[in-house]
Amino acid sequence: MSEKPVVYYFNGRGKMESIRWLLTVAEVEFDEVLLTTREQYEKLLDDGALMFQQVPLVEMDGMKLIQTKAILNYIAEKYNLHAKDPKERVMINMYSEGLTDLMEMIMILPFTPDPKPKLDNIQSKAKERYLPVYEKALTGPVYLVGGKLSLADVLLLECTLMLEEKFPDILKDFPNVKSFQGRMTQIPAISRFLQPGSKRKPPPDEKYLKNVVEVLNLKLPL
Amino acid sequence: MGERVVLHYFNGRGKMESIRWLLTVAEVEFDEKFLDTREEYLKLVNDGKLMFQQVPLVEIDGMKLVQTKAILNYLAEKYNMHGKDLKDRVMINMYSEGLMDLMEMLMVLPFNPDPTAKLEEIAKKAKERYFPVFEKALTGPVYLVGGKLSLADVLLVECTLMLEEKCAGILKDFSAIKSFQGRMIQIPAINRFLQPGSKRKPPPGENYAKAVIEVFQIKI
Repeated sequence: MSEKPVVYYFNGRGKMESIRWLLTVAEVEFDEVLLTTREQYEKLLDDGALMFQQVPLVEMDGMKLIQTKAILNYIAEKYNLHAKDPKERVMINMYSEGLTDLMEMIMILPFTPDPKPKLDNIQSKAKERYLPVYEKALTGPVYLVGGKLSLADVLLLECTLMLEEKFPDILKDFPNVKSFQGRMTQIPAISRFLQPGSKRKPPPDEKYLKNVVEVLNLKLPL
Repeated sequence: MGERVVLHYFNGRGKMESIRWLLTVAEVEFDEKFLDTREEYLKLVNDGKLMFQQVPLVEIDGMKLVQTKAILNYLAEKYNMHGKDLKDRVMINMYSEGLMDLMEMLMVLPFNPDPTAKLEEIAKKAKERYFPVFEKALTGPVYLVGGKLSLADVLLVECTLMLEEKCAGILKDFSAIKSFQGRMIQIPAINRFLQPGSKRKPPPGENYAKAVIEVFQIKI
C-alpha cells in the first residue's frame, strides 16, 4: 500500500481546496477519492471513517484526519510551513483564519438563492477589511510572517486568485498583494498546479452544487 | 503598564467564553473591557486594534490577538494544554473544532427567529454526531488526549454544561462524559469559575442579542 495521503471530498473545491493547495506547495503527492454518489458517502460513514460524519477527510500517517483547520495545521507543521516561535505561529494563524473566513463566503455562494447582494458584500469586505491587512504586511517583506513561506502565504494566494475569478481587477489598489501573487505563481509546484490537468478544481458550478446536495441529502436553502 | 491579559468583548458569552474558560483553567488572571456601545467598538476600530475589525480581541504579551481559534491555540500552547507532539496536537484540534462547531450552533440561537426548532436540531446533532465520539474517547482515559488536560477537555466541559442548560437530561446516555464532567468541575479553578461572582457569563438573553445587534448594526 502506498504511503501517499488520500483525500476524500466532492468533485470540486469546497473546504478541501485549501488542503489540496497546501499539499501541492509542500510538494506532497496525494491521491483523491471523489465522492460523487450517496453510496460512497454512506460507506465512509458505516466504516467509521468520519469522526463527525463530515468531509474533508484526509488519510495520512495512519490517521483519518477531519476538520479542515486541524488538517491544515497538521500538514503545515509537518512540512515546515508553520513557525516554531509562538508569536510567529499566532500571526500565521490570525492571517489564516481571516483568509478562510473570506474564502468561506465565496464557498457558500452556489448554495445561496440570491448571490448578487452576497457578492457585493464579499467584494467590499475583501477591499475594506481583509486586503488592506495583507497589503500592509507585504510592504517590504517577501512573505507574510517570519521571512519564510507559510500556510498564510498559501491561503493568501489561493484567496486572491479566487477573488480575481469573480472580480478581475480587485487587486488594482493593492500592488504589494499583486506582486506577492506574481512571486508565488512562479514557484514551480504552484505554476504546475495552475496548469490544466492538475488536481486544482474549477470554480463551483451547478454540477458541483448537485453533487453536494445529492451526496449529503441536503435541503436548500441551507 | 501591567502585564495583565485584557479581553475586549460584549458583556456576554459569544466567542469569547471559550477563551475565558481556557484562561481560567490555566489559572491566568485577566481583565475585561465590555463593549456596550457602538462608539466603543468604533474607537477600537479607529485605534487600529482590530486586525479584521472584529472581536474577540485579547491583549497579551504585547500583542493584540484576534480570531478565536488563533487565540485559543496560542493560549493552549503557552500554558501547556496543546499536546506533547504533532499527533496529540491534531487529535486535540479535531476534537476542539468539532466542539466549537457545536457551540457555534448554540451561540447563534439568540439571533434565530425560530429557536425551538433549531434547539431540537442541535440536541439531535449533539446526541448522534458529537457525544458518541467523546463517550468512546473517555471510556477508560481520564482526559481526551495523551493522558493530560488539554484545550479539548476544557471545550468539552464548557460545551456539555451549555447544552445541559438548554436540555437538562442530554447526557443521560453518555455516562463516560458525565463522569468526565464530574471530575473536571472538581478542579479548583473550574469549581470557582462555576460559582456566582466569577467571570463566567450567563446564557445569552434578550439584552445580549440587542447589544450585539446595536454595536455591529446587524440587519437580521
